[in-house]
Amino acid sequence: MKSVISAAQAAARIPDGAVLMIGGFMGVGSPHRMIDALVECGRGSFTVIANDSARPGIGIGKLIDGRRIRRLVVSHIGTNPETQRQMITGEIEVELVPQGTLAERVRAGGFGLGGILTKTGLGTPVEDGKPTFAVDGETWLVERPLRADFALVAAKQADYVGNLCYQLTAQNFNPIMAMAADIVIAEAEEIVAVGIVPPDMVRTPGVLVDAMLRGDASARDLQGAVATAERAAPATGAARSQQ
Amino acid sequence: MNAQEIIARRVAREVRPGTLVNLGIGIPTLVANYLPASLGVFFQSENGVVGMGARPPEGMENRNLTDAGGSFVTAVPGAASIDSAMSFGLIRGGHLDMTVLGGLQVDAQGRLANWMVPGKMVPGMGGAMDLVSGARRVVVAMTHTAKGVPKIVPCCTLPLTSLRRVSLIVTEMAVVEPTEQGLVLRERAPGVSVEAILAATEAPLRADGEVPEMSLESAR
Repeated sequence: MKSVISAAQAAARIPDGAVLMIGGFMGVGSPHRMIDALVECGRGSFTVIANDSARPGIGIGKLIDGRRIRRLVVSHIGTNPETQRQMITGEIEVELVPQGTLAERVRAGGFGLGGILTKTGLGTPVEDGKPTFAVDGETWLVERPLRADFALVAAKQADYVGNLCYQLTAQNFNPIMAMAADIVIAEAEEIVAVGIVPPDMVRTPGVLVDAMLRGDASARDLQGAVATAERAAPATGAARSQQ
Repeated sequence: MNAQEIIARRVAREVRPGTLVNLGIGIPTLVANYLPASLGVFFQSENGVVGMGARPPEGMENRNLTDAGGSFVTAVPGAASIDSAMSFGLIRGGHLDMTVLGGLQVDAQGRLANWMVPGKMVPGMGGAMDLVSGARRVVVAMTHTAKGVPKIVPCCTLPLTSLRRVSLIVTEMAVVEPTEQGLVLRERAPGVSVEAILAATEAPLRADGEVPEMSLESAR
């Protein structure tokens, strides 16, 4: 059985300067309650590995707003002007990684692989400073694995063993991040008795999960409200157009 | 018909029945408007769904189902949800039949630049580099010029998205196919002359004989 702790208790385990993987894609499938607690706990200087920094006031954007991140490893910051501002002023260091490469680097870190070979990024600024490798006459870019001290993941449903199920596009980076960190803290919309979740539905086996907390409805509503506003007035600026 | 509609209608004619297609944000998104449901095309959204559908009616949103921009979408019958590693495995692994992306520049070698303008716009590449490197077909949907400046250039001055030669460039003026021998003008938009296209194109552009007008019919 895994302990179910409060968001504040979870945040208290995370020291200054920790390397965090945080699930989510534009805030969808992010552990919102955990993020709120991290902002409140006052610690920072984190390295955050995630798909994006969402928007100001949303998901990982709250950690940007609160200046809790020193280094960010993401595929995209175009939707968060505050991230761009902090990058320009040097408050935050940003490593931009192609999204598929980011997923595979996380997967390599969690699956015990020494890195990956990919065509993505060859001949672009992504290649700078990295080795290439020839296999049977074809050139590939070598990308290193990523690991973290903590993975903060969000799930639709958990049981008390820690088995996790995800829903639709909220799974995104969560299952692979749950493989790639020393300590995995899962925030689930609901936590059910052992035996309720059919084994075939489990995407992250409970053996990977160290602690759990319950998701917060208000954070989800906020995400929904923003997405609704977004639907009414889609962002079509240059920052989004090439995503 | 405005430039965006011409581009979207023409790109729609490139989509084959029963294929898996990823549409980028901006003009590429409009392509879906000109594809009949009977075509049986599945749209991938790289944040994790194969079989993305239209926006849901007010009140029917699922907070766990959005497109890559974070806007609510639906999933069509037969859809599958996938994690990010699987999503990009589909893209890089040759399982994605076609991607349609916006462009800032395409050069004489058919190489695309579409993810940053040094010193001005550094949004990050998102999935663009993987899409251009991995999709079976890459169609660039973009306006022919930006504020009068040609976007089809001898050599990209902006950082490349990939070394991969794109399959086709569709603009409101022309359809251009990058080949090993350089750029070939395949079609011109209704009422647009070959001379006008050449004048708006900075890269060498070859026209083999008569250049037909592009069809913008959506039904097939």
